[in-house]
Amino acid sequence: MSLPALRPTQLALLTSMVLLGSTAQAADPHLAHDIARNLAATCANCHGTNGQAVPGSGLESLAGEDKAKLLKKLADFKSGQRPATIMHQITKGYSDEQLDLVAGYFAAQR
Amino acid sequence: MEPINRRNFLKAGVALGAASSLYGCAGMGGKSAGHVVVVGGGFGGATAAKYLRMWSNGAIAVTLVERNPTFISCPMSNLVIGGLKQLDDITLSYETLRSQWGVTVVQGDVSGVDATARSVTLADGSTLGYDRLVLSPGIDFQFDQIPALNNADAQVRILHAWKAGAQTVALRQQLEAMKDGGVYAITIPKAPYRCPPGPYERACLVANYFKQSRPKSKVVILDANDDVQSKKGLFTKAWKELYPGIVEYRPNSELKDVHVGSRTAVLEFENFKADVLNVIPPHRPGAVATRAGLKLINDKWVEVNWLSMESTSTPGVHVLGDAIFAAPTMPKSGHMANQHAKLAAAAIINLLSGQEPHPAPLVMNTCYSFVDDKNVIHVSSVHTYDGATKLLQPVKGAGGVSSARNELEGKIALGWARNIWADMLG
Ligand code: HEC
Repeated sequence: MSLPALRPTQLALLTSMVLLGSTAQAADPHLAHDIARNLAATCANCHGTNGQAVPGSGLESLAGEDKAKLLKKLADFKSGQRPATIMHQITKGYSDEQLDLVAGYFAAQR
Repeated sequence: MEPINRRNFLKAGVALGAASSLYGCAGMGGKSAGHVVVVGGGFGGATAAKYLRMWSNGAIAVTLVERNPTFISCPMSNLVIGGLKQLDDITLSYETLRSQWGVTVVQGDVSGVDATARSVTLADGSTLGYDRLVLSPGIDFQFDQIPALNNADAQVRILHAWKAGAQTVALRQQLEAMKDGGVYAITIPKAPYRCPPGPYERACLVANYFKQSRPKSKVVILDANDDVQSKKGLFTKAWKELYPGIVEYRPNSELKDVHVGSRTAVLEFENFKADVLNVIPPHRPGAVATRAGLKLINDKWVEVNWLSMESTSTPGVHVLGDAIFAAPTMPKSGHMANQHAKLAAAAIINLLSGQEPHPAPLVMNTCYSFVDDKNVIHVSSVHTYDGATKLLQPVKGAGGVSSARNELEGKIALGWARNIWADMLG
């Protein structure tokens, strides 16, 4: 099995991460990041992998959107204030904490 | 690879750090964090392969074994049958999984699984070792339950078109060759079957074609179930308002056998003769699941642990998609299989680095159905892990169906297809 092509800069950084270790392994940020990542991936079927929708598909990209704006839209879907075909039904399945994690994850994507 | 950002580095640092301790190697010198073999390149398997590579930052080696050279999508295939799309429009390549994500894609059939030795054997005799195995085998048809259909010759005359591909095109050709005034009949097996709204969507799209170019023809739905299995109100309304006198729905009409030459459906109390007979046979999990000797529920569907999608009987083997015994109200759908795949990928990455899977997974489903060439209806649901039942349970108050059929969702459904295809293969 071949390893994927890591760029040299990536490799160097990864190696130093592994060697330095400890700061990166403070468990909580990772856990939070993983939970956010997993939750955000449930949106990817429609909004694209990591929130990058297929251009011209008519569905919005969420990657790199301002977190507060995303949260406001999601809250308005949940409350029924923002007109929707489906987002009002979907957002009701996620707690406010979960939506916060999801919005944070998408906001951090480029 | 995805764009570099700090989070990815952090994640990869941990994955590789864990991998090096797992394998007792000092650096990264060519060692990977493990090898995952994925069997089946549909909505579940292809998504699992991509996400394992993406989320492990390439640290986990992935081999995808798929018998077909290209992916042909079941969702949207009813548009081909209805004459609104071509097979090319729903056919995608595995190339990006190879070139961009570094998945080793092997075209082949798995003939055996040795879960103790952790290896799979391919039909050509080669073997692949694995640290974790993902089976996403979809469904096989129980032709033995329809005696006269249990041979290859009958199966090219009475079609299922329930796996997209040559049968999809052949069914379209049968419809085009049918004389006006003819009858198209579709038989639906007892639930659970793949894509609950799919047969009703197909009935709509065939009726849409008849209405436009075969106005004296009819569509008869012979349903083994006692009622419409999905989006009942919306489908019933579409049949009544869009296709009066064209679509007829008959519940409790289980297919027992067929007369191949006369295209007759043999039901319990009557025979029904059609001009085009489209039989969706009952399903079982794809054969590789039984070859692996996994624990089944009702002697049929694979039982999984919902925190990891791992078989409850066979450590190291994760099963996705239509082949599993679904959690309450969870449909057998491509969208759902994609979500199973991400749940499994996240769990496998944890397990390969000695961590527990995340304890509170969540998945969601949406099925869009066309009721004519422009109008679409959806059903959606969200499911979260419930510690008491150890199942993914539907979140109360979430999900639902379209308020009415509408053209906006006609556009969204096509956009959904493009995004989910890209999410698995792009
Ligand atoms: C089944 C497809 C589907 C899924 C899954 C989905 N969305 Fe959406 N999303 C839509 C559609 C369609 C719209 C347009 C509004 C509508 O009709 O509901 C939308 C709109 C949005 C918008 C507003 C975009 C804008 O700027 O106008 C946001 C934000 C959003 N979705 C976030 C999410 C998040 C976060 C998730 C996952 C928790 C998610 N969506 C999952 C289909 C989906």
